[in-house]
Amino acid sequence: MAESSVPTQQPAKQVLYCGICSLPPEYCEFGGTTKKCEEWLLSNHPDIHRQLYSQEVLEANMAALSVEAQKRAEKDASKKAAKASALEQRQAAERAESQVLIKRVERSKRKYVTVVSGLEAFGLELKKVAKDFGKKFATGSSVTKVPGGGEEITVQGDLSDDVFDFITETYPVVPEDNIDCIEDKKKKAG
Amino acid sequence: MFKKDISAGSKTKVKSSVQRGIRAKVLETYPLLEPYIDEIMPKKEQLDLVKLPDRVSLYTLPPQPLFYQHMDDPLLPHLTLIHRYPHCFPRIRIDRGAIRFVLSGASLMAPGLTSPGGRLPDPSAGDDYDYGKSDLEPGSVVVVEAEGKENACMVGVLKMGTREMKEKKKGVAIDQGHYLGDGLWNLGLD
Ligand SMILES: [Zn+2]
Repeated sequence: MAESSVPTQQPAKQVLYCGICSLPPEYCEFGGTTKKCEEWLLSNHPDIHRQLYSQEVLEANMAALSVEAQKRAEKDASKKAAKASALEQRQAAERAESQVLIKRVERSKRKYVTVVSGLEAFGLELKKVAKDFGKKFATGSSVTKVPGGGEEITVQGDLSDDVFDFITETYPVVPEDNIDCIEDKKKKAG
Repeated sequence: MFKKDISAGSKTKVKSSVQRGIRAKVLETYPLLEPYIDEIMPKKEQLDLVKLPDRVSLYTLPPQPLFYQHMDDPLLPHLTLIHRYPHCFPRIRIDRGAIRFVLSGASLMAPGLTSPGGRLPDPSAGDDYDYGKSDLEPGSVVVVEAEGKENACMVGVLKMGTREMKEKKKGVAIDQGHYLGDGLWNLGLD
């Protein structure tokens, strides 16, 4: 293998990677996000897009496979794409219906904590968000287990409104309409 | 080997004595990297060792992954390193039809290499042949390129020698390789 005739002092090659699927763009056609990948390449690297998606290239790709194999590959690709878009739709639907609850809970006389639940449905990582809360409000903030299963964030102090504002400003994935503030009073009066 | 998504385990600095050993091993296994070794592993910079599942070690020059190693097996180059120095490794090529199987984590089968679109070392080839003139033994590290593509899509260890592949035209050529889009490729190294 040392007998390669290639001159050795070529500089390191810079390879472009797709902003959507992370592969070199010439391999985007094999993933489930082909359409998005192509759009990304067209708007970010039109010159490379021209090379990869030219008529000649597409035809050469076709010619390299038998008609049978071509059909199978196409079927495979459309299955993959359908799967990816179904997943995306399901997530969007789930998000639209999900509710974030900000609850004021009385721990003892005049001591409150603010409990935030439901953020994970929007793809947020609770640990990170809890840390963000703690930093923002300079208070204790942690992820706690819910007896029935699942997790929520408990912030020390009566911070419902501030938490509401912070969430809408910091995490635009959570629509304002999907956030509810409630009070959980142990005692009847109020 | 990385068919599933993985996450990085503990990260430690590599001691300079150990780093010298790695450097020597790399040059012994991949002599064509010699002109580039100072660029890949600058002497004054310290590598990180990141533990991965199943007793795999990954050496990085943060944040760039360089080489990975399963127990005491050979050091294998990460695909992004191969993309930078494509001519420094022994290479073979699969036909277009085999690409989607490789990218979905299947074993690489010999017919994908022996078909008209595939390439293996060829003792009778001319000097400008890209895929070597001497056959490769089982256990050799090879980079797998693909018909019609510029960049490699996989790296792994040969299960079968290339001469045998040409004779039998069937069987597993490489299993457990590292391929585009696998867990190692997608690994988040912060
Ligand atoms: Zn892509």
